[in-house]
Amino acid sequence: MSSSVTRVPVVDYLALGDGDPHLVGHRCDACGATHLDRHNACPACGGRAFTSTPLPTTGRIESFTVLHRGAPKHIGPFVSVLVRLDDGTYVKANLVGVPPEASAVDTDEPVHLVTYPAGTDDDGTEAVAFGFAYASGDDRTRDDQHGNEGDDR
Amino acid sequence: MSDDVWIIGAAMTPIRRHLDRDVLDLAADAALGALDDASATIQDMGVLAVGTQFEPYTFGQQVQKQIGQTGIPVYNVHNACATGATAVRSVLMEIRAGETDMGLALGVEQMTAGSPPYRSTRPKDRNVFEPDGRDGHVLPTEGVLGTGQMYGVFAQTGTDYARRHDGVGFEQFARVAEKNHAHSTLNPLAQYQRPYSLEEIMQAEMLAYPNTLPMCCPTGDGAAAVVLVSDARLRTLDPDVRRRAVKISASVMTSDPYDPSGLAHPDVNTLTRLAADAAYEQAGVDPRDLDLVELHDCFATAELVHYDNLRLCEPGGAGEWIDRRGPWRDGEIPVNVSGGLISKGHPIGATGVANIYEVATHLRGEAGDRQIEGARVGLTHVIGLGSACAVHILERSAG
Ligand SMILES: [Zn+2]
Repeated sequence: MSSSVTRVPVVDYLALGDGDPHLVGHRCDACGATHLDRHNACPACGGRAFTSTPLPTTGRIESFTVLHRGAPKHIGPFVSVLVRLDDGTYVKANLVGVPPEASAVDTDEPVHLVTYPAGTDDDGTEAVAFGFAYASGDDRTRDDQHGNEGDDR
Repeated sequence: MSDDVWIIGAAMTPIRRHLDRDVLDLAADAALGALDDASATIQDMGVLAVGTQFEPYTFGQQVQKQIGQTGIPVYNVHNACATGATAVRSVLMEIRAGETDMGLALGVEQMTAGSPPYRSTRPKDRNVFEPDGRDGHVLPTEGVLGTGQMYGVFAQTGTDYARRHDGVGFEQFARVAEKNHAHSTLNPLAQYQRPYSLEEIMQAEMLAYPNTLPMCCPTGDGAAAVVLVSDARLRTLDPDVRRRAVKISASVMTSDPYDPSGLAHPDVNTLTRLAADAAYEQAGVDPRDLDLVELHDCFATAELVHYDNLRLCEPGGAGEWIDRRGPWRDGEIPVNVSGGLISKGHPIGATGVANIYEVATHLRGEAGDRQIEGARVGLTHVIGLGSACAVHILERSAG
């Protein structure tokens, strides 16, 4: 990956610049509930003050599906997972580094956050997405994601 | 007792072109302002009514996620220029009816161009990554951050249940569809009226594991309606009308209370359990008293988890219950004898009335070939994702 390429996170709760890539949550000052999106008040308690908090990069899969019908053409069938991070925050993402098969998913095995390039825009800016992988799937790259910019769902 | 209802808090935003506030911000500003003005909190509210002409889906529930998810009933109101007043009246009627003693009514609209969108996404001439929506996404997230496709979302609800409980797998989910397609062969109103073998269901096109095509509700058109009267009015009506009358013994509506997982993946379990438990208490009915149930089987995975949520099976025992044919029409508690959404069909606006029609028709003894003999008590359940849950318990008239 060339350092001259401008990289942006695929969503604003993915932090790329500050050490290893990780997710950032809004933690409610009143009750401690942590939310990925911005909220006007806390959905758990109604509190209105939040503190930005880095989230753990490891967790476990609570549910999954292998999405076939309607999967974006440039992505193909994929494994959608709900991950419970080690601090109890939930995030939905793809499980990467495995074939898109139900038998490839083991909800007992921990997963960790990985990042990969998810597309390039007309200015050459690269979007960096995150997913989750098993320990054995570290070296997986998603170079097949390149060159499909503009291919909307 | 007076029927008077009072206003104790009020607030509004400036009306102008808001280039820095999305429609959820405007709604939250007004709602939080009114709560503050009333020296009240969202926890004091027993009902929420949200009026908007242009925002789709369960918008009121999206507002709850900005001001507090307490599980209270939400009315999403849509009534042209009378929308806001109808929201106020919805809260007033709930209070007058004695359902609650305090509620919040909100009206909101965002009508100018250039305001930030809270969901998605501007059409673009040129593909340039710009943060969009509340999560600042720069490209479509379907297939990147998991799935939001309905059959995939409910598939995950199913695999979550399978992870937590023994004896639940692809075959148990497929058996739900086998049952509902068998049931609808007796229903002349159903969209599908032919049986599917378990093998045929499991070998059909996989939409999202474990939901294959015949495990998903079809798209169809339809309508249903009911007429309600007060008890006092019923007493004045013709004996034949009274004899066929069906009593609404419980009517409960919930929204999704806050759950740590619910913002990442819709939780259809908690609000169903809350609604069902309240309905059983309101009606003085035990789940074992039910002669039939019409529940919200938009996908086979959904029906299986609702056996447990509605307390029809032993806790954690939904897989075992379908294996021993508990929800078949000749089983312990017949579920979806109409064929359910999977086979009868799911014209979205009609569904929550059509299931009441189905149960009422059995309680009247007028269901023809699919009649559950001697049916006296039935339950209906629907979920609108976002989420809204309604549970009704109906009983045959004693007279
Ligand atoms: Zn809070």
